Amino acid sequence: MNTMVTGAAAFLGRFEGLRERLPGGRTPWVAKLRAEAAESFRAQGLPGRRIEAWHYTDLGVLAQLGFTEALTLADEAPALPPARAAHRAVFVDGRFAPALSQLSAGAAPLAEALDATQGRLGALAQTLPIVALNTMLFEDGLVLDVPAGVDAGEMELLSFATHAGRAIAFHPRHLIRLGEGARLTLIDTSIGEAEATYLHNPVYEIAVAEGATLSHIRIQREGRAGFQLSTVLATVQAGGTYDNFTLNAGGRLVRNEIHVALQGPKAACHMNGAQLVAEGQHADTTTFLDHAAPDCASRQTYKTVLAGRSRGVFQGKILVRQAAQRTDGYQMNQALLLSDDAEINAKPQLEIYADDVKCSHGATVGALDEAQLFYLRARGIPADTARAMLVEAFLTEAIEGVTNPLAQEALSEAISGWWQKEAV
Amino acid sequence: MLKIENLTAEIDGKQILKGITLEVPAGEVHAIMGPNGSGKSTLSYVLSGREGYEITGGSATFNGIDLLAMEPEERAAAGVFLAFQYPVELPGVGNANFLRTALNALRRARGEAEVDAMQFLKLSRAKIKALQMSEDMLKRNVNVGFSGGEKKRNEVLQMALLEPKLAILDETDSGLDIDALKIVADGVNAMRGPDFSALVITHYQRLLDHITPDRVHVLMGGRIVKTGGPELALELEAEGYAKVAA
Ligand SMILES: Nc1ncnc2c1ncn2[C@@H]1O[C@H](COP(=O)(O)OP(=O)(O)OP(=O)(O)O)[C@@H](O)[C@H]1O
Ligand SMILES: [Mg+2]
Repeated sequence: MNTMVTGAAAFLGRFEGLRERLPGGRTPWVAKLRAEAAESFRAQGLPGRRIEAWHYTDLGVLAQLGFTEALTLADEAPALPPARAAHRAVFVDGRFAPALSQLSAGAAPLAEALDATQGRLGALAQTLPIVALNTMLFEDGLVLDVPAGVDAGEMELLSFATHAGRAIAFHPRHLIRLGEGARLTLIDTSIGEAEATYLHNPVYEIAVAEGATLSHIRIQREGRAGFQLSTVLATVQAGGTYDNFTLNAGGRLVRNEIHVALQGPKAACHMNGAQLVAEGQHADTTTFLDHAAPDCASRQTYKTVLAGRSRGVFQGKILVRQAAQRTDGYQMNQALLLSDDAEINAKPQLEIYADDVKCSHGATVGALDEAQLFYLRARGIPADTARAMLVEAFLTEAIEGVTNPLAQEALSEAISGWWQKEAV
Repeated sequence: MLKIENLTAEIDGKQILKGITLEVPAGEVHAIMGPNGSGKSTLSYVLSGREGYEITGGSATFNGIDLLAMEPEERAAAGVFLAFQYPVELPGVGNANFLRTALNALRRARGEAEVDAMQFLKLSRAKIKALQMSEDMLKRNVNVGFSGGEKKRNEVLQMALLEPKLAILDETDSGLDIDALKIVADGVNAMRGPDFSALVITHYQRLLDHITPDRVHVLMGGRIVKTGGPELALELEAEGYAKVAA
């Protein structure tokens, strides 16, 4: 009898079998980091619903699969969407694809640049089980440095998952660092072949120095049998800005965790996102905003559109530490239910230890407005188009914060693509 | 052009239209007057296809085709236009985008070429000017933050752009100042012709000073209780509904 090893055991088994062959397997600091992560992951396993942070997202389906490593051949160049920016780093099944990429100065694949990342890789939140899983098994990723004072314009990061005929998992680790006053717009897209079953588990460690601005646009359009569990870990120093916009519009089950720590005075963060969830899909956005310094501002606007039998989750925690006086925090999450079988779970959370703060949050859940729909149709606009217009209008507030034209273009293509393919 | 016969309709089990018979021939403008709650807006919604009404009897045809069997957008494509008593606000939908989408949807349905952004701008500017509106209105979200009068003018702008064959104007005069009333009336009069009919719902004679109706109908309790010439409106204004209908 042949029993398939699944869930956490499959990942741990893979680590035991591969540990010396993984990048840095013989480098003491990397080996130590991986061993500690493996220990942490062994103790925690894949997070279950009994853990509060995972109450609404059940990894049961994922735990039943026995993921193995990707086996991508370098000469199998998939049909990629055309590049938008001058520089693009392409990862196929989690591995850097040099022939498909145009790297900018300051960018390198992690598998090659690993030695230079000591002290930086693994600096943040290693105890999260999904991050530990990544640390244990990462093979590649993007290491990107924008030197102080440099405006690096736009750059693309593209992850492409191929159909391997079996369940594969890849755990890219991306390290992004902006020096003082540097600027970058990162258009970060994940796509996958329709039939491919895979887990994409990227972890981003992002450091934004004084006065620097990183605008990070994530467009998640994984294949319909794909899973994505992503974790963004970002720190922002005085006067710096980290902006994250995440579009969740693909995959079977997706969770995006975004942890941002505002560590210097007058740092700022805008976290916006849209989740477009169709029949059979599950999308989870979980944010954690850590206000650790005075005079910082954070803004979050999340919109979730749900069609068919689908489920959406938004969890947003704002922590205002004692030192974070005059914090200005705002969080809004809104859901639009296009079907009676869709469900949204929203959990905002404020934890405030400073006394002079301005923090607010709100949530709404609603359906399309019949009066609005009729108004459009009475003007001759077909019902489908009318619905699409109202959904787009619903998303406007979250999307209008994205001002970079290339990013806007990428977003609006992804949204109209979703509508044409998925909407009812 | 529009022929309504013994039309009955209810909402949530409550009968509102209790047998309406009314005919508006091509090229004519008819006024409907009647007390609050008598069913005027209900009639306009039923004719334009709003959901939620149950047609329990009778018929409504437009140039011989069964209006009641069509989707709202099909009625619009056939040439029916409703100027809403309470125009709907559409936050996040730009007015220009809305108007162009509507115009092109109608043109597509009629087998005409779509207009591009430039052509649309030219076209809409001319109409806006005629209605003495500010071009700003195009940049704003549909009806959001518009004053009562601005909303009504926006309805008339839509009518002017979409060039319907049958316009149902549901209290388009309410909330308009004296000058705006004249401008809006001029807008309607400009469309008058052998191919254009209108059903003008109003509470006030003053609109009918500017748009002279061919016929005036009195709608009370879900029925047309009296029909006459333009003088009937004057009579109603002087005597009130109870007396005229008696
Ligand atoms: N959803 C509903 N449920 C129950 N009654 C309704 C509903 N909608 C409308 N009505 C009733 O139908 C009747 C007719 O309403 P309608 O809006 O057609 O009147 P109207 O003649 O346009 O009045 P007004 O001059 O005030 O605009 C009113 O008594 C109203 O309360
Ligand atoms: Mg009314």
